[in-house]
Amino acid sequence: MLWHGPTGAAVTGPHRLRGVSEREHRSPGSWGPCADARLHIVTGKGGTGKTTAAAALATALASGGRRTLLVEVEGRQGVAALLERSPLPYEERTMLSAPGGGTVSVLAADPESALMEYLELFYGMRRAGQALTRLGAVDFATTVAPGVRDVLLTGKATEAVRRRKGHRGRPSSAPAGTPFAYDAVVMDAPPTGRIGRFLNVNAEVAGLAKVGPVHDHAARAAEVIRSDRTRVHVVTLLEEMPAQETADGLDELAGLGLHPGAVLVNMVRPRLLGDADLEAARAGTLDRASLAAGLAAAGLPEPEDLAAGLEGELHTHAVRTELEERVRGELTALGRPVLEMPRLERGSGEQAVQRLARALTDQGVGR
Amino acid sequence: MTPETLDVDELLDDPARRVVVCCGSGGVGKTTSAAALGLRAAERGRRTVVITVDPARRLAQSMGLESLDNTPRRVPLPEGTPGELHAMMLDMKRTFDQVVEEHADPARARQILDNPFYETLSTSFSGTQEYMAMERLGQLRESEEWDLVVVDTPPSRSALDFLDAPERLGRFLDGRLMRFLTAPAGSGPLRLLGAGVGMVTSVIGKIVGAQFLNDLRSFTSAFEAVFGGFQERAERTYRLLQDPGTAFVVVAAPEPDAMREAAFFVERLASDGMPLAGLVLNRTHPLPEGPAARLGAEEAERAAEELSRDGEHPVAEAALRLHAERARTRGRELLLRDRLLTAHPGVRVAEVAALAGDVHDLTGLRWVGARLAGGGHEGSAGAE
Repeated sequence: MLWHGPTGAAVTGPHRLRGVSEREHRSPGSWGPCADARLHIVTGKGGTGKTTAAAALATALASGGRRTLLVEVEGRQGVAALLERSPLPYEERTMLSAPGGGTVSVLAADPESALMEYLELFYGMRRAGQALTRLGAVDFATTVAPGVRDVLLTGKATEAVRRRKGHRGRPSSAPAGTPFAYDAVVMDAPPTGRIGRFLNVNAEVAGLAKVGPVHDHAARAAEVIRSDRTRVHVVTLLEEMPAQETADGLDELAGLGLHPGAVLVNMVRPRLLGDADLEAARAGTLDRASLAAGLAAAGLPEPEDLAAGLEGELHTHAVRTELEERVRGELTALGRPVLEMPRLERGSGEQAVQRLARALTDQGVGR
Repeated sequence: MTPETLDVDELLDDPARRVVVCCGSGGVGKTTSAAALGLRAAERGRRTVVITVDPARRLAQSMGLESLDNTPRRVPLPEGTPGELHAMMLDMKRTFDQVVEEHADPARARQILDNPFYETLSTSFSGTQEYMAMERLGQLRESEEWDLVVVDTPPSRSALDFLDAPERLGRFLDGRLMRFLTAPAGSGPLRLLGAGVGMVTSVIGKIVGAQFLNDLRSFTSAFEAVFGGFQERAERTYRLLQDPGTAFVVVAAPEPDAMREAAFFVERLASDGMPLAGLVLNRTHPLPEGPAARLGAEEAERAAEELSRDGEHPVAEAALRLHAERARTRGRELLLRDRLLTAHPGVRVAEVAALAGDVHDLTGLRWVGARLAGGGHEGSAGAE
């Protein structure tokens, strides 16, 4: 029962082995329900590589000459760290190119700048904003009223979704049919533990302001977030805790009336052994003499002792693979599209993002 | 570079040691480390309580409890265990409620608890969880019921939040903006600010609504009358952390972000005069002993390439590829570890090898505890 899990993504990378059939490419149709989305919200348990996945998704969605925007909202400068650049200012800046001429812009949004922009754009109140800063607007926005902070950040991302070319800030003034400024917006969102509260902006603000501009601002953001052209994707690893959080997170999102998207499985290891050998490695019944013979054939010294050490590593690999297959099965049973991204030797830098974007494209994203 | 070993047993056995704080960034295994330390302390004879902030039921279940709440529950341990293990999960609202009920007369307590702003403060204020974790730690420490309190810190965005949040919250409630917002119109601070004040009030009103400001005003006056300043309270709990009976264990996974956070934390503890016991390096990938430990990644990769030419030894080839990956991983881990140790010489380290799965039961926690105490490979069946 252990080894015939669902077909996963293509295993790319240098570790392909002869004799082990490469698993089939997932059919491009699996991404289908998410293909029309204009806002992609990426969440997941901490440590699963949300930012990396979001950047790869934004790049894959930009392929073929499209324009996408990647927005990060936690003030962590995670995209700058991922791309090994210095911290980014609060502006939309083209930072990645996609295959076929597309571009990805990046915005590192922070609540204070979003508040200033909001005040200036809607009220022309730059001075009041500055006075608020002196009094501790950051403390104010992030501490006294976390809902307001969330509204400012989601408001910023949804404004970019609604924005028409040449009509920044006032999408409603654009004539119908004006093309959107971005083909898609990808948000690197808070982790699963906080995503429900973060996206449920309407409820958050209802407790604060029942009427007025901020209420309207929240309502506009909520309209985009609840639209079926918005999808919330959950990043996970093939490990128990992140998979459990994925299941819980998808439940919570559905309960809030939001539209769950895909399960993005990150850091997937290549499979190195066929079923029979894997089972033998797990059960500890591998033929050590034959392993040692192989090592000797490769000209390595002390093949017997080396075989004993490597056998332990193979056992670990097999135990882990068994667990991963189980988790993969549980994730598939959630009924969402499952996309896989390989574990990379070097997980940061533009090359890593491009590589993962290709893996997503191979599975149907951005086609 | 061979680091000095963190001797966890020495840490847990010292009767003068009353508090152990496990800190580090999210997702590095803090909660499991805290539970494993608590179990080990109990099995070495101490009456121990573990405070966790992790709502995952998995941990409770691994300790044989259905769920955890704000009151310490006794963990059933094998007969003959010399100490005791109790566990609780921080309920920040409940803790906050208790503080209010303890310190205010019933009428005023009601007034505070019913205020809509209190709901925000006690459930979603950034910093409340950290602050209440400290509050609860202080309560358990003062009760003198426990030999040892082990704290699992909240999963903050940054590890440093745990130290800063209580003070920030206190400063905030005592702060300029709060006084400004809650002062009767036209009085003190308003006059000093001069131009822009009208606009500021109007902006704040627009953002949060006038009703919210009214709630905030009545809340603050009721609250201050009872507590006489949040900041002082926060500072008192902060001082508990500097007590020599407290020890910090910084938990990190051998990945750049987590190690960076760990380094920040080590620096911060030093500059604040807080006692660092050592670093737990979690989920590492040590190489097997013997010739495999000496077989480098490149050599293994080369050998695998050689075997791939005729394809007659697929298992050996796979084993060599696997080893090459593990050796590279190990190299990166040691580099990260040594970078931290170069910047902070003398930090003691305990390494816990990665498990293939999660910890599900006391046996698993015991295994982690043994590894924390530098135990060899005994019972390492599940190790990666």
